[in-house]
Amino acid sequence: MTTLLARVASPTVRPSHRVRHLLEHNLIVYRSVWWVILAGFFEPVFYLFSIGIGLGKLVGDVPGPNGELVTYAAFVAPAMLAASAMNGAVYESTFNIFFKIRYGNTYKAILATPVAPGDIATGEIVWSLFRGALYSAGFIVVMALMGLVESPWGVLALPATLLIGFAFGAVGMAATTFMRSWQDFDLVTMVTLPLFLFSATFYPLEVYPEFFQRFTQFSPLYHGTELVRSLTLGTLDSGLWVNIGVLVGMGLAGSAVIGRRLERLLLS
Amino acid sequence: MNESLVTARGLTKRFDDLTAVDGVDFDIQRGEVFGFLGPNGAGKSSIMRMIGATSPITAGTLTVFGLDPYADGREIRSRLGVVPQENMLDEELRVRDNLYIYGRYFSLPRKVINERIEDLLAFAHLEDKRTAKVEHLSGGMKRRLTIARALINEPELILLDEPTTGLDPQARHILWDRLYRLKQQGSTLIITTHYMDEAEQLCDRLVVMDQGRIVAEGSPRSLIEEHSHREVLELRFPVGTQESALLKLDGLAPRQETLADRVLLYVDDADRALAEVSARGLQAESAVVRRSTLEDVFLRLTGRSLVE
Ligand SMILES: Nc1ncnc2c1ncn2[C@@H]1O[C@H](COP(=O)(O)OP(=O)(O)OP(=O)(O)O)[C@@H](O)[C@H]1O
Ligand SMILES: [Mg+2]
Repeated sequence: MTTLLARVASPTVRPSHRVRHLLEHNLIVYRSVWWVILAGFFEPVFYLFSIGIGLGKLVGDVPGPNGELVTYAAFVAPAMLAASAMNGAVYESTFNIFFKIRYGNTYKAILATPVAPGDIATGEIVWSLFRGALYSAGFIVVMALMGLVESPWGVLALPATLLIGFAFGAVGMAATTFMRSWQDFDLVTMVTLPLFLFSATFYPLEVYPEFFQRFTQFSPLYHGTELVRSLTLGTLDSGLWVNIGVLVGMGLAGSAVIGRRLERLLLS
Repeated sequence: MNESLVTARGLTKRFDDLTAVDGVDFDIQRGEVFGFLGPNGAGKSSIMRMIGATSPITAGTLTVFGLDPYADGREIRSRLGVVPQENMLDEELRVRDNLYIYGRYFSLPRKVINERIEDLLAFAHLEDKRTAKVEHLSGGMKRRLTIARALINEPELILLDEPTTGLDPQARHILWDRLYRLKQQGSTLIITTHYMDEAEQLCDRLVVMDQGRIVAEGSPRSLIEEHSHREVLELRFPVGTQESALLKLDGLAPRQETLADRVLLYVDDADRALAEVSARGLQAESAVVRRSTLEDVFLRLTGRSLVE
């Protein structure tokens, strides 16, 4: 049993209580650049104002997940929330992490202490979830003030965005460990932009031809958007378990790769 | 007393098809200052990283504190102080925060760290810089901070990879003094260097490395006695005349090394050799009489100069 465990996760890949020191490190770093965090909050709010309110005036009501008509703002707001959870997690886990692995020597110095790659991977993901939670909570409050949260289930939109952050953060970071240069980041945008545009973000899925609808099922952001939208609109059904399952699976798959890859990159 | 903190047998490190460390054996005892002396690429840093449990060994055996660096890496690292060849400081953070967060990585209580920080800032002569950003420090200051950082966990064993490279002579001497104090307080030190004076000043025992192998081992004094003559006469001849001078030097010294710009004569009495050179009618541009150093040992063992 022990040998099997050892093969599955080497001693350096398993996370430990030392994860908290990584969080403390990031707190110290961001203490002096707190405005960066603040800036991240406004992006989805601006989108909501321009598209949800502005465009909403022209569009009128649209059918929600269960077919009932809702205002366009109430339809698009949860999608903005889901998409910004994705974008935040992807940004944090690709650009930031790539810099720390390749240029900053931060990780190498840390690994000379009892902290191990698994702690670093977990610490960075948990940190990006903290950040994401701040943004999401702020956005949900704005939505509530604007009367766009139509159900008490909306409270669960916060953990739902954390799940989205976990899924995209883990996969983004795993992908980053394979990147060789800044050029590779164009690939990231090539993936996230279509996801953002075609995940039933701006209009209901039924608008598309059927074959395209089936295609959308493969977009993890679609599952995130469906999840958050059902919660804020209060239209829950059993399909949510599929949405949750997809995101959890994605997060776990990414996490499994990261520790091992960091070990290879930093402990050669 | 003879407690071995680090034991290596047939220790090997390969990167793809390059063999950086090629089956070396050594034992490092508690309380000693042990040195790895060798030119660029000899494998010194590779050995340090393996001892520091941040680089897996390819073959052979290695124990640190009697533990296996792979299985017990965390335990080993918690008892080590590491000064890497490159500082790897957190440039974004202030001097004080660098020490603080590093202490936290060892899970030390905040109170303990804050007490130690004051001592370490004094040790590194950085009291006035405590709130400066690291990126604004000079090279020497960064080096001192890196060394201070390595001491935050009061390590039993300290790994110093070229601790004084990039420092001016005065700063080097101050640092040697600090390292000597650590040794007197009972710490065990492992130092890599390609400065033979550093090795001679600091090391109780050292190994001379070349291309991943250990070519000699002993105390600085015994190495010099064993592998070199007591004194050296360094002769420099006017450009273009070294060739012809060599012919006349023939048989004068028991050992002779010809470098691009000078000739080294290894003898027991360099003054007498110098008199003999004049007696043979040779006019050297400059003549220096000195004692043999580890540099000469290295030249003897590898046929190459330590500092290229
Ligand atoms: N991560 C690595 N990947 C591939 N090759 C490496 C790596 N680290 C070191 N090497 C190679 O291993 C050999 C030994 O390097 P090492 O850094 O141990 O030498 P060194 O004695 O510390 O040299 P220096 O005095 O220049 O610091 C070199 O040929 C180097 O190119
Ligand atoms: Mg080196």
